[in-house]
Amino acid sequence: MSSGVAVDLENITIRFGDFTAVKDANVNINGGDFFSFLGPSGCGKTTILRAVSGFLEPSEGRVLIGGNDMAGIGPNKRPTALIFQNLALFPLMKVWENISFSMEVAGASAAERRKRADELLDMIALGGQGDKLPSELSGGQKQRVAIARALCANPDVLLLDEPLSALDLKLRQHMRTELREIQQRVGITFIYITHDQGEALTMSDNVAVMKAGVIDQIDTGHNIYDDPATPFVASFVGENNVFRGKVKSISGNEAVITTNRSGDLLSRITPAQVGKLAVGDDAMMFIRPEALELAPRDADSKTTISANVINEEFEGNSFSVFLQGDGGKQIKMSVPNLGQDRISVRGENLSLRYDASNAVTMPAGELASE
Amino acid sequence: MKKKMIFSDFFKNNGVVMGCLLIGLVSFWLIFLIILPQLSMLDYSFRFNLPPAEVGGPKDVYTLSNYEHLIYGSDTTHQTYNTVDLKVFVRTIIAAMLVTIFNIFLCYPLAYFLGQSKGSGFVRLLVVLLIIPYWINEILRAFALRIIFGDSGLLNEALMFLHLTSEPIDFIRQDIALYAGLGYAYILLMLFPMYNVIESLDRNQIEAARDMGASWMRIHRRIVIPHAKPGIVSGATMVFMLSAGALAAPQILGGPSSLWFTQLVYQWFNDSLNWQQGAAYAIVLLASTIIIVLTVMKIFKVNMGDIGK
Repeated sequence: MSSGVAVDLENITIRFGDFTAVKDANVNINGGDFFSFLGPSGCGKTTILRAVSGFLEPSEGRVLIGGNDMAGIGPNKRPTALIFQNLALFPLMKVWENISFSMEVAGASAAERRKRADELLDMIALGGQGDKLPSELSGGQKQRVAIARALCANPDVLLLDEPLSALDLKLRQHMRTELREIQQRVGITFIYITHDQGEALTMSDNVAVMKAGVIDQIDTGHNIYDDPATPFVASFVGENNVFRGKVKSISGNEAVITTNRSGDLLSRITPAQVGKLAVGDDAMMFIRPEALELAPRDADSKTTISANVINEEFEGNSFSVFLQGDGGKQIKMSVPNLGQDRISVRGENLSLRYDASNAVTMPAGELASE
Repeated sequence: MKKKMIFSDFFKNNGVVMGCLLIGLVSFWLIFLIILPQLSMLDYSFRFNLPPAEVGGPKDVYTLSNYEHLIYGSDTTHQTYNTVDLKVFVRTIIAAMLVTIFNIFLCYPLAYFLGQSKGSGFVRLLVVLLIIPYWINEILRAFALRIIFGDSGLLNEALMFLHLTSEPIDFIRQDIALYAGLGYAYILLMLFPMYNVIESLDRNQIEAARDMGASWMRIHRRIVIPHAKPGIVSGATMVFMLSAGALAAPQILGGPSSLWFTQLVYQWFNDSLNWQQGAAYAIVLLASTIIIVLTVMKIFKVNMGDIGK
């Protein structure tokens, strides 16, 4: 178990002509971390990965791997290994030749290469399959071969560019667990690119959420989910109900906003924005569907919302109730299935409540598009 | 079993009427335009060149004499060999091979460049510029080359202007013009199959190899060339077959003393009016080139099916 090599991005800006793909990114990735860049397609996350792997040079800023400046060092000379979105296995080489390609490049003998490839094949539970061609393997097996091929060179940092996106749902969930296990076994730094928040949250030690070339927040998955820094993060990661309004009063790290439809609502100011809200500002408050519940009669009106039911869906483990919200937006409430027949009747007016600590307010901003 | 599947699928996809029409057209093409004429040439090659009155008569029997003539010449005792014609034959085959190899080396970098800079406007322009000269007919192009390679042609003028040579070089007598002409005549048939396969190569494979530290040499040797092999072989097959069977370029660009084997065939047919002898020579050329192509495909482990890709 090595302790892992840190990767630091210092003020990275990457431009293609007039287009700025990444703007002033600062990221410190601890050695041995599983670190994810999460964002919608086109947000610049793959561009960052290519800058770390050396396939492109940042227009400004520095990439440091293990404290060493990587400027001018090509992808073939960096201690990184990249797993491509489509895996890019060599179709005309046998599996063991694929895995040991980096050793072939280094001039190792066929016997040495075969031995190492067989070890790695055992590690990924594909022992004895070395003489097959990649086309003879299943999707998940190809995935594991790609990982073994990348690990063969003993890289300090493994870079993964949405490697699970081509797999079906079941396999994807299985590979999440497997990737995390492999990462903990080899102990090297993993940098993972994904647009799937489930992958980012389940596997990562830390997650950077990106929007249009800008990193909005870097934190643990837990904090990103509970304390989103911006409206984009709040609406992109997981499901969220948004309430727009103007700040009515602030006391400590709590604020009351006045909304058109739901009256005054009390909530926490999200930690990253404490001190940045003033009375009268446009604000957005976010409540997760699972933080809403049916209100008792005597509930505090500052944490209750009254709305008409549009529809109810049975999800198996829970009920989703959709209610008429602000500005045409629906409010979604998620109620665990504890044996109830149903929660609501269409058109019924419901009172919902929440804990002020489970709702976050922040200055109004851009939401993730659906 | 598998063949049956192919046919039933074929009719399912195209419908019975369209399917029959397609099969009919392909069969017509194969049988009437290729197989029957070649069979009649084969038949000719085993017959004596008789005056019209004796055709079909008692003297009109099968013989190997036309083939013997290529090997032994007019010497019916088989003591000496027909060195003149045999030399021309060997020279034609070897020169066609060299032209093919030269075209492979010339086209590979170009095809790689075209294939990997996918679909940019510049590449499309380049492809069009490569095609346009082929609108001009083959004979005109050959004469144009003859002018360029002539004693006072563009090339010699340029070389002398640059003081690279004081005397004009006789490109025609040294067969340089001939090889250039043959190379030029069929170069697109090499370029496009190569370009097509290289274009289908996933760029990520190249980047993956680079990421693992591979040099450019190794990337080409291990990734690009194996992938491009069917295209290279298919281009090489066409260039070799067509160069070996070319007539216009050798006729126009060949030196006075050097003959191409097809010119011998042409002479038998046209000047000596001995179709039987000409047919035998043509059949030998055809059979030899086919054997060579199949052997090369065997050596490089390429199947017929790969070429069609």
